[in-house]
Amino acid sequence: MRIVLAAVALLGLAAAAAGQEVAPFVVSGDGIAAPLGGLAGSAERGGRIVRNRETANCLICHTIPDPAEAFMGEVGPPLAGVGARLTPGQIRLRLIDPTLANPDAVMPAYHRVAGLAHVDARWRGRPVLSAQDIEDVVAYLSALKE
Amino acid sequence: MRAAIALALVLAAAAAGAGEVRAPATFLSPDLRALQDDPSRHPGWLWVDSGEAHWRAPPAGGRPSCQGCHGDIGGMRGVATRYPQVADDGRLLNLEGRIETCRSRHQQAPAFGYESEPLLSLTAAVALQSRGLPTAVATDGPAASFVAEGRRLFETRMGQLNLSCAQCHEANVGRRLRGDVISSGIGTGFPAYRLEWNTMGSLHRRLRACSLGVRATQFSLGSPEYLALELYLAARAQGLPIEAPGLRR
Repeated sequence: MRIVLAAVALLGLAAAAAGQEVAPFVVSGDGIAAPLGGLAGSAERGGRIVRNRETANCLICHTIPDPAEAFMGEVGPPLAGVGARLTPGQIRLRLIDPTLANPDAVMPAYHRVAGLAHVDARWRGRPVLSAQDIEDVVAYLSALKE
Repeated sequence: MRAAIALALVLAAAAAGAGEVRAPATFLSPDLRALQDDPSRHPGWLWVDSGEAHWRAPPAGGRPSCQGCHGDIGGMRGVATRYPQVADDGRLLNLEGRIETCRSRHQQAPAFGYESEPLLSLTAAVALQSRGLPTAVATDGPAASFVAEGRRLFETRMGQLNLSCAQCHEANVGRRLRGDVISSGIGTGFPAYRLEWNTMGSLHRRLRACSLGVRATQFSLGSPEYLALELYLAARAQGLPIEAPGLRR
């Protein structure tokens, strides 16, 4: 009985997670100071996410200071030194939804599902990056001091 | 200081190429451009040859061939510059749609089907007759509402990546996305032989790839959405030469 109750509780948690793909956050100024879900980011994981062509694909538009990367894009600003130019909170806001800072931003919102038009059924209701992914990328970019 | 910042902003906008629409050929590497211009090496000419054979061949059932009514295919010179256009019945037709309509109405033959080899071939062969001639689509009268709808689609942010066509193909023309240079998003080279496909394909197939790229719903081949978008792209390309059959990466 106890095992059944535990299983039901687990299912309930899973359902809640599925229904809430986007973590809540509070905007102050042009930043989001608190880490999403109180999660700690890993700069090492963040570096892998930034380079991943299948998910974030940041390097289609941005360059990073890494001589091993060829064919990086030039639509967005270079990310070298971004950790010195922006606070972690400002970086977090720009990853979650850059249109919060600039309504005309070209950059996609990586942690948003509302207010998007004609989203392919495979991606509908799902953000590009999870709350953990966002925190990992915040950690990686905040460490790019020069 | 403020004046200097304002000037810098103006220059930045100019560098981004806002407003300037460039012919697709100007974005090709010298090698690909030479290939596009050389019928003896351009693989798209296999479709042109096949299309010319379809032009001359009467369909089953005793109805005339294309040539039986229109004469030599050379008489199609200039036709592709005027498509898409609004037909007498109010429908917006691109060149593929015009060929299919002619086939079912006058040849009483079943439609080839969008993206079929015979339709790609005939479209390529007819479009070739306008190669080098300036795009000259009608945008007024009955076409005006279709142009407006196409423009609305072009400027609408779509998909999980929340991007409009205009954000790349107007505001960031000439900049690099990885190794690719962003073009003006002009369809004058289609149908085109695309190296990524290893075959000939329609503009609508190319548009579906763009939709997929921003993780948006893909409209159907020949859909009203892509037809309106095709007309708007042609309106933006007004005066630029037809390049079909194009060669693309």
